[in-house]
Amino acid sequence: MNIYKIWDVLEGIPDPEIPNISIVEMGIVRKLKFNDGILNVTITPTYSGCPAMSVIKSEIKKHLIKEGVNDFEINTSLFPPWTTGWLSEKTKSKLKSIGIAPPKKQIECPYCNSNKIQLVSEFGSTLCKSYHKCIHCMEIFENFKCI
Amino acid sequence: MDYLFKYVLVLADDALILAQRLSEWAFRAPFLEEDIALSNISLDLFGRATLFLKYAASIKSDTLEADDLAFKRHEREYVNHLLCEQPNGHFGDTIVRQYLFDSFYSLFLYELSLSKDKQLADIASKSIKEVAYHLRHSSKWIIRLGDGTDESNKKIQKSIDNFWMYTDEFFMMDKIDEIMYKKHIGVNRIALKSIWLKQINNVFSEAKVKIPSETHMLSGGKKGLHTEHLGHLLAEMQYLQRAFPGAKW
Repeated sequence: MNIYKIWDVLEGIPDPEIPNISIVEMGIVRKLKFNDGILNVTITPTYSGCPAMSVIKSEIKKHLIKEGVNDFEINTSLFPPWTTGWLSEKTKSKLKSIGIAPPKKQIECPYCNSNKIQLVSEFGSTLCKSYHKCIHCMEIFENFKCI
Repeated sequence: MDYLFKYVLVLADDALILAQRLSEWAFRAPFLEEDIALSNISLDLFGRATLFLKYAASIKSDTLEADDLAFKRHEREYVNHLLCEQPNGHFGDTIVRQYLFDSFYSLFLYELSLSKDKQLADIASKSIKEVAYHLRHSSKWIIRLGDGTDESNKKIQKSIDNFWMYTDEFFMMDKIDEIMYKKHIGVNRIALKSIWLKQINNVFSEAKVKIPSETHMLSGGKKGLHTEHLGHLLAEMQYLQRAFPGAKW
């Protein structure tokens, strides 16, 4: 199987915490490379304590085996550290469509686009998000932190 | 090799012990958002501890695992700084302990990210981003509580007075620190003190609190000489692995 096809396979694995985004779109899969017939998959954690990493590894394993790729290694790299800068515009609009404000310097309410917002908590339901309240539509929403 | 192992272990133990302390707040924090915040910070620190422990284990031997280091060492083999093991106390105590820790580590990790040791530099670069959030959280609370009511100001000043004696230890260089610094692997802790004090003074003056004068400074954590609190913490953290050795999740 060629490398492009494998990218497509991994593109089909949802992020365990934000399932409408794939682990490829999230920037978790960093590199795919064949080394003497063995596929090397390099992944990186979003946050060092990200509890989803073991689920992500086992999902990659499951998907690759299902596609008949049996010789592979999954490596974790820390450098360069994961950044929200790796999310594409398309991915950001997907986040917005499920009510999560995409990473941005000036945070906007994902529901009414107002920038009159208030911080509720620096920390949200997962490591990568914070809580805010929109003063305009009064809705509470999560924001994908810029890191 | 052994020096590098011991150097990494200090960094791992600091993160691990404070992470365990913070996790004690889960379900018990004053309100929901803060419960989530403290648990998130705890999780970040567990993550950092895992990275350092894995690295330490790989330096020591091929068969040693991070969990062995976390669950099978005794109190005297732990080398964290004394501040990290201090009990949570009330919310203000926890915030002061956290602020002193975050403010030191945000400076330390920046220097460590320039280390010649690639693995240490990589872990530090990763952690810096997380510490920035922790520091913002804890320093905002110092200001809110210090510049709040008379009662909150009095309480947080008392917390500062109580914890201040554990701060000097972070800026002391032992033999291992010296060797690692000379090899451009480790950080010169002494050099961080003046900038740290400057930052502390900025936040404290906004918070209307003071650095206590003439405090007797306590140290010994890096030699394995701990306060009476670490043993109790380890008893809870290590219970399962001690009772059922090798148990897997």
